[in-house]
Amino acid sequence: MAERVGFFTDSSVCIGCKACEVACKEWNGVPDDGFVFRATSYDNTGQLGADTWRHVAFIEQDGRWLMSSDVCKHCTNAACLDVCPTGALFRTEFDTVVVQPDICNGCGYCVPACPFGVIERRERDGRAWKCTMCYDRLRGGLEPACAKACPTDSIQFGPLDELRERAAARLERLHADGVDEARLYGESPEDGVGGTGAFFLLLDEPEVYGLPPEPVVTTRDLPQMWRWAGGASIALVGAVAACFLGSRR
Amino acid sequence: MAECHPVGFQWVMEARLRGAKVFHIDPRFSRTSAVADRYLPIRAGTDIVLLGALINHVLSNELYFREYVLAYTNAATLVSERFRDTEDLDGLFSGFDPETRRYDPSSWAYEGDEGATTDEMREGGVCHAEAAGSDSYGARGAGASATPPTDPTLRHPRCVLQVLKRHFARYTPEMVAELCGIPPEDFAELAEAITANSGRERTTAWVYSVGWTQHSVGAQYIRAAAILQLLLGNIGRPGGGIMALRGHASIQGSTDIPTLFNLLPGYLAMPHAQRHEGLAHYLETEGADTGYWGHRRSYLVSLLKAWWGDAATEDNDFCFGYLPRLTGDHGHYTTVMGQIDGTVKGYFVIGENPAVGSANGKAQRLGLANLDWLVVRDLTLVETATFWKNGPELETGELRTEDIATEVFFLPAASHVEKEGTFTNTQRLLQWREKALDPPGECRSDLWFYYHLGKRIRQRLGDDEIDRPAKELTWDYPEEGEHREPSAAAVLREINGTGPDGRALSSYRELAPDGSTRCGCWIYCGVYADEVNQAARREPGSRQSWVAPEWGWAWPANRRILYNRASADPDGRPWSARKAYVWWDADRGEWTGHDVPDFDLRKPPDYEPPEGARAEAALAGTDPFIMQSDGKGWLYVPSGLSDGPMPAHYEPHESPVLNTLYGRQANPARRIYDRPENPYNPSGAARFPYVFTTSRLTEHHTAGGMSRTLAYLAELQPELFCEVSPQLAGEVGLVNGGWATIVTSRTAIELRVLVTDRVRPLRVQRQIIHQVVVPYHWGHEGLVTGDVANDLLPVVLDPNVYIQESKAGTCAVLPGRRPRGQALLDLIEEYRHG
Amino acid sequence: MADGGWISRWPVLRQLRGEDGRRDAARSARTDALRPRTEQAETIARSVCPYCAVGCGQLVYVEDGKVTQIEGDPDSPISRGRLCPKGSASKQLVTHPGRQTRVLYRRPYGTEWEPLDLETAMDMIADRVVRTRRETWEETHEGKEVRRTLGIAGLGGATLDNEENYLMKKLYTALGAIQVENQARI
Repeated sequence: MAERVGFFTDSSVCIGCKACEVACKEWNGVPDDGFVFRATSYDNTGQLGADTWRHVAFIEQDGRWLMSSDVCKHCTNAACLDVCPTGALFRTEFDTVVVQPDICNGCGYCVPACPFGVIERRERDGRAWKCTMCYDRLRGGLEPACAKACPTDSIQFGPLDELRERAAARLERLHADGVDEARLYGESPEDGVGGTGAFFLLLDEPEVYGLPPEPVVTTRDLPQMWRWAGGASIALVGAVAACFLGSRR
Repeated sequence: MAECHPVGFQWVMEARLRGAKVFHIDPRFSRTSAVADRYLPIRAGTDIVLLGALINHVLSNELYFREYVLAYTNAATLVSERFRDTEDLDGLFSGFDPETRRYDPSSWAYEGDEGATTDEMREGGVCHAEAAGSDSYGARGAGASATPPTDPTLRHPRCVLQVLKRHFARYTPEMVAELCGIPPEDFAELAEAITANSGRERTTAWVYSVGWTQHSVGAQYIRAAAILQLLLGNIGRPGGGIMALRGHASIQGSTDIPTLFNLLPGYLAMPHAQRHEGLAHYLETEGADTGYWGHRRSYLVSLLKAWWGDAATEDNDFCFGYLPRLTGDHGHYTTVMGQIDGTVKGYFVIGENPAVGSANGKAQRLGLANLDWLVVRDLTLVETATFWKNGPELETGELRTEDIATEVFFLPAASHVEKEGTFTNTQRLLQWREKALDPPGECRSDLWFYYHLGKRIRQRLGDDEIDRPAKELTWDYPEEGEHREPSAAAVLREINGTGPDGRALSSYRELAPDGSTRCGCWIYCGVYADEVNQAARREPGSRQSWVAPEWGWAWPANRRILYNRASADPDGRPWSARKAYVWWDADRGEWTGHDVPDFDLRKPPDYEPPEGARAEAALAGTDPFIMQSDGKGWLYVPSGLSDGPMPAHYEPHESPVLNTLYGRQANPARRIYDRPENPYNPSGAARFPYVFTTSRLTEHHTAGGMSRTLAYLAELQPELFCEVSPQLAGEVGLVNGGWATIVTSRTAIELRVLVTDRVRPLRVQRQIIHQVVVPYHWGHEGLVTGDVANDLLPVVLDPNVYIQESKAGTCAVLPGRRPRGQALLDLIEEYRHG
Repeated sequence: MADGGWISRWPVLRQLRGEDGRRDAARSARTDALRPRTEQAETIARSVCPYCAVGCGQLVYVEDGKVTQIEGDPDSPISRGRLCPKGSASKQLVTHPGRQTRVLYRRPYGTEWEPLDLETAMDMIADRVVRTRRETWEETHEGKEVRRTLGIAGLGGATLDNEENYLMKKLYTALGAIQVENQARI
C-alpha cells in the first residue's frame, strides 16, 4: 500500500479566493450548487455537500476576516465507510475514503453517520457524493486539483506524516510571532476519529469555522453495540427456542 | 491584490513569510486587507494627500536616499523663475487659462529651457494636451534640456528639491487625518515603515490598480508615487518600483501596440493636424534629441516601412502623409458623444462590453442605439450586443426596440486556446500561447477577422487618392488551415522587424533612420531575434535564476527591471550585496548582473558626454533613465503633463467634502462633458451625502462576459450587492440580505445588502463619512444578472490620459428595490434637481 | 481479474473470502481502472490564462478534438502551476453551452436575431466600412490636411493578442479611422 496522504489546510495564509472550489468542480465535473445570494459575507455556497466538495468559509470578526477551505476529513476511523452496506465507500491504497458512484445505491446511511456533515446525497441522482481527494489523479501521481490550484499554498497535499511535521513547524512559528490563537485541528491521532487525513490550522475555535469541536466517529460504539445486539439475539433465539420447546411439551 | 490578482499575490505571501510588512490602503476592506499586516481605510479620492504627506515626511526629515537622489534624479535642477506654485496661486499652477481651463506649461520649464515650450503646438503645449499627448510617455518623458543648470548642494531655492519641499509642506499628518480619515498614529507607522525599509540594504515596492488611475487626477496619483519612490531610491532596483496591476490579459500589450487613438506602436504619438506639418516637423516637435528617444526617426521610419513597404520611400516621407491626423480628443467618451450626436456611424466592439464596463452606461447605450451599424465580437452575447433587446432603457421607455435603427452583427470569437499569439502581461512580459484546437462553428480569431476584413475592403477600394493608404498597405500574411487563418507568427515577426537582408532584427539598436529596416513596434524588436519566437521560450522556472530570463520575452531587450542601472551606485558598484542586480565589471569593461543591463553595455560609469552629443551618447555614465532627455528620474516634470508639474490634491468632481488644502475644489484642468446625457451631482449637495466607489471581486472578471456566463463562477457571487457599515445600515434602514437602491444624477440601481464591520465610517473634517462599495460586474445577460453599477457614474476625465473618474463619486442610498419604468425616471429627476 | 471474471470480483464474495470489506474487496472494476484523464490527452498546449494580466501559465489538454482539462503550468516562474478561481474555470469558459458559435444578425428596427452565414456577414461588414468611410471622409479640418474618417470607430484590444491589436491598428490607420480605443483608457 502507498503511504497515507492528506491535506494540510493552513487557514492563516488563505486569501479566500475559492480557486479550490472551482478547480475541484472542473476536475471532478461537480455540478453547480445553485445561484443563491446568502448574505453571509462572501460565502454563497454555504457548506460542503454533494455539489460542493471544497468550501471556503468566511468569518467576519471585529477587525479580522477569517477564511478557511473546508473539505472531507478522510477520517482514520470513518463512520461513513463503516455504515455503507454496499461497499460503495471504501478505503483506498492512499488511506483516503472514496465513494464509488457505480456501486452506491443511494441508501443514505452514510449521511447521518458523518460527524462533520460532509457527505450528502445529490437530489438529481440520489447517490452520495463527496471529495475523493482526486483519487484518479493520485493514481497517476498527480496532486489533487484544489491543492494544485491554491495560489498561496494554503492547501498543501502530501504524505500525512510530512504534513504533520510541516504543520507543527508552522504552528510554532505563528506562536513565536504572537499569534497565540493559532491551533491545529484534526491532526491528532488521539481525537475522536483517530485523526483526520485532512487537517487544518485555524485561527479561532473550530465552531467559529463551522467545525465540530470534538468530532467523534459515530460508529465508535459499534463493536460494543454489536456485542449487545449479539447477546440479545442469542437470548432471543434462546427464548424463541424455549417457546418452541415449550409448545411441544 | 489578493482580491484581483490572487496568483500574483503568492509572492507577497511568500515575502511576508520572510519578514516583509504589508500595508493595505484602500477604501474597502478586501481579501487583501484580511491578510495584510496593517489595513488603513482611506476616503476614496484622497491618495495624493497621503502620498504628499509621505513625501513631506521624507523631505522635511531628510530621510531621502541622498546619493541616489543627487546622482539619478533631477533634484538639483533649477526651475524657471517664471514658475508659480499652488502655494502662490491658491491651488493653481502658473499658466492657467480659466477660459479654456487649460494650462500653458511654458513657465514650468527648467531654467533656460523656457523658450522650448512656449509654442502651444509643441510637445507639452495646449494642442498636445488636448490630444492626450501626456499619454504618449509610456516609454519616456517629454523633451527637456539634457544639461540644465543645477545646484548640487540642493540649497538653491529654485532647485527641484527645494521646490518640492515648499510644495508639499502643507501635506501634513493632520491633513491626512482631516481629508483621508487616517489617524496620525497610523500615518506615522506607515511613514516609519517605508523609510526604514528603503536605502542601500532595503527596498519598498508600491502596488496599485485602477483605484489609483480612475480619477480626475489619476495620472498625478502615479506621479506622487513616483516622486516618493525616487526620493527613497526605490526605482530600478530589485524589490522596488511601482507595480501597476492590470486587469486584462494583454492590456499592457494593447498600450504598447496601441489600439488607442493618440498613439502609434511603441508610444510614438499619432500625428496632429495643427502640430505636425510633415515627417521632419513631426520628428522635430516630438521629444528631444538626447537619450534613446533621440532615435525616434529610426523607430518611426521603420514602422512606416513595415506598413507601406516598398511604397514608402525617402522621397515621399516614407508615406508619413498616409497617417490620418488628430485634431484633439478622439478618446472613448468623446467617441460615444459622437455616436449620440450622429457623427460616428459604424462601431466595432471587440472583446469589450462598454454597455456594462464604461462610465455612464446609459450614454453608452444611447450611442449604440444611434449607430448605422455595429459589429460585436465576443464569446457570448454580451450586453453591448443585446442593448436593443434587453437594455435598461427599454424598461424605462427611453428606447423602443422597434425604433432602434442600428444594424447589429454578432460574430462569435475564438477563445484563447483556439488561436495562437502573444499576451503581454502586467510586467511587460510577452508569452506566446500555443493553439490547442480549432475554434468551433463560425468562431474565428480577431486576427482572422481583421485580416480577411482588410482583404475584402481592399478588393472594394478604387484608385482614388484616399484609397491609396489601404491599397498600398502590406497585407500579405501566410494563410494556414481550412479557415485560412493568417499566421500569427508572421505578424509577430513583422512587429519584431527585419533588416536590409530580410532577416529578423535582434534589437532596436539595429533600427536605421534611412528606410533600410522595417519594424512594426520598436520596443518589441528582439522578440523574434535569430528567427526564433523568443516569447515562446519555456525554460522551467525551477531550472533558471530567480530573474527567470528564459521564460517568455520582456520588452525592451528582455529586461525584467527597467532602468536597472540605478541598482548600482554612481561608480557602478551594487548599493549593497543584498540588493545587487546589475553592476559595472571594470575588468571586462562592461555592465553585467542578474538581468540584461538597461544601459549601454560598454559605457563606463565615468563617461562624460562630449559637447553636442546626441541620443544615448548625450547621457553620462551615471544617467540611468535612458529614455529621458536628461537621463534623470523626474521628481518635477518640466513639460508633458496637462495639470501641473507636481501632484496637488483636488477633490473628486463629485465629493461631499470641501478641499481644505487649496481654494480649488477639483482639478481645474479636468475634462467635463456638460451634456444632458451626463448630468453631475452637485458637489457638496446634501441629497448625495455618501462616497460611492466601485470595485471588483475575485470571482468575476470586469464587465462579466467571461464570468457571469460560467456556472462555476456565477454560483460563487450570484448577485450584485453593496457593502455598507452597520452604522450606515442603521441610518438608512438597510437590512443584511435585503435590498438597497443607490441613486445618482444618472440613474438608480438596486442591489442586495451586505452589512459588514469591514466597512468603517471615516472621521473626516469632524464629520462621519460613509463609503458605499459596489462591485461592477453585473448586467442583464448571463447566468446571473443585475443592474449595472457603472450606470451610476458620470463621465468626467483626467486631463492627461482621459481616463474616467470611476473610483470616487457621491450617491444617495434608499432602502428597498428601485422603482420601475417611468417611476424610475421620476425618481432621478427629483434627485437631479433636489 | 481477467481469469476470475466479474463473479470473483463481486464484493460480497471477496468479503466472504476474507478481504477487508472496507478496502480492496470493495473496489469495483471502474474504480480499478481510474486514471487521471489528462493521461489520455493527445495534445497538451502551453497557454496563458485569458483573465487578468498576471499571465499565469496554463496547460490545455485535448482529447478527441475536445478540451478535457485546463490547469496551471508548474514550469511557469510567474504562477508555478497555480490558478485563481477564474483561471481554474477556463475549461468551462471555452466549453460552456452559453458560448455563441454562430453569427447573428439584427436588421435595422428588427425585434429578433436572425441567422447569417459568416461569409455573407464579412461581405456586408466590408461593404459598410467602405461606404461609411466614403460618406464621412474628411480631407481637411480647419484648413489642415487630416485624411481621416470620424464615421468609423473601434473599441477593444485589452483581451486580444498583440498580433491582433497590431493588425487592427494597422488597418484602421490605413483606412483613416482614428477613434480606436480599448480598455486601457477605461
